[in-house]
Amino acid sequence: MALQPLDIAARSATTTPSPSARQGFEVAKLIDISKCIGCKACQVACMEWNDLRDEVGFNHGVYDNPLDLTDQSWTVMRFSEVEPDGRLEWLIRKDGCMHCADPGCLKACPAPGAIVKYGNGIVDFNQENCIGCGYCITGCPFNIPRLAAKDGKAYKCTLCSDRVAVGLEPACVKTCPTGAITYGAKDDMIESAAIRVRDLNDRGFANAGLYDPPGVGGTHVMYVLQHADRPELYADLPRDPQIDPLVSVWKGLAKPLAIAAFAAVSLAGLFHYITKGPNEVSKETEKEFD
Amino acid sequence: MQRDRNDLVRYTPSERLNHWIVGISFILLGLSGLALFHPAFWPFTLLFGGGTWTRILHPYLGVLMAVAYVIMLISFTRLNLMAAADWQWLKRVREMVDGDDHNMPEQGKYNGGQKLLFWLLFWCMLLLILSGVALWRTWFNFPVEWVRLAAVVHSASAAVMIGLIMVHVYAAIWTKGTIRAMWYGTVTRAWAKQHHRGWYKEVTKEG
Repeated sequence: MALQPLDIAARSATTTPSPSARQGFEVAKLIDISKCIGCKACQVACMEWNDLRDEVGFNHGVYDNPLDLTDQSWTVMRFSEVEPDGRLEWLIRKDGCMHCADPGCLKACPAPGAIVKYGNGIVDFNQENCIGCGYCITGCPFNIPRLAAKDGKAYKCTLCSDRVAVGLEPACVKTCPTGAITYGAKDDMIESAAIRVRDLNDRGFANAGLYDPPGVGGTHVMYVLQHADRPELYADLPRDPQIDPLVSVWKGLAKPLAIAAFAAVSLAGLFHYITKGPNEVSKETEKEFD
Repeated sequence: MQRDRNDLVRYTPSERLNHWIVGISFILLGLSGLALFHPAFWPFTLLFGGGTWTRILHPYLGVLMAVAYVIMLISFTRLNLMAAADWQWLKRVREMVDGDDHNMPEQGKYNGGQKLLFWLLFWCMLLLILSGVALWRTWFNFPVEWVRLAAVVHSASAAVMIGLIMVHVYAAIWTKGTIRAMWYGTVTRAWAKQHHRGWYKEVTKEG
């Protein structure tokens, strides 16, 4: 879905700069959980725009349907019945790719150009370059990408990069009947979130706040949470998501270290041979058997 | 075909065949694994029919190597048990590396260095097989915390193993008259007496 080829901020498994002549500004989708009624119109809009049809599943006795993200369901509503202050609250979180500024999927991906981050902050998968290893799943701090059984490629929310590229808002934003999902420049979204947070504070939600986790450099999908002090209430939204240290070692330190070790062993062998010479059977021993 | 009636048999045809299966699968695994490890090695995917084929083939090659390796373990473990003489040999490895093997302790079929390598490779293989299973998303789906650990363990043990195999191959090139043992299975008596005197005495019944 590379529709902004001159605006590539980062590209998987690529060690030189990518085309970035075009200047953009960061965009963001703001999901105000306090305004969400759980109608799932966003799920439908996502299917419709992206032309996806998940398998018809089963009713599991909960509102979550489908139960989890799949290669065909790039966004799902997660319903949590909680009693944070001794009274029942029904928290409904639209789950999907957060479009991290520091994307763990992109860092882990071994296929050049299979994952790109545009200048506007959208993290996009190029399925034609995807090799299906699933390293993106290993790298993601939010458990978002899914491998398709049909074609072995990884899929996730594109933030409607194809719509955004031609000046439209994402399909889920377009369809949301309560205005819980808004879209625009990230700075503007932070500002409008601040207004909403003050409003929620006045309504008795003292700990309302914006979820834009700094551990991944901030995200381009942000939440307004009534209980920003307890993100885990929202179907285990991570408190401090970040690229796992093991992934950082694997995709960071290990790479130059291994290459240096291979080079050192190869050169040591060569230099040993040319300084010490081969280890041959001595002439005396050879003579014994002549 | 017998080259010289006096030559000593070091490896049987089935041992050689098995070693080559392990060796070839190691090379293919190394190339495909490096391609997935660092973008500098990404061009190696072309040898396997592209990135997706590299991802598909790598774990199956791993299964092939694991099976052949287990057979190798069965044949060679007993011969590679470390003894006091091997630690003596390792203590003086510096002289050996210097090319002066006159005072090295007498060695059986394998010297201390070869035995140490055998056990280091054993641990690498064990870690590679276990972590490789955890990374194989086509057939398995382990908790992501395990997969992350497996990714580090797999890369680290693979890097160590590649380094060890470089040493293994270099030692064979450095010690003249060795590589033929893997081609047609025999070594000269002079070679055996010089490098593995204990084994030489054993197979020739000479004092």
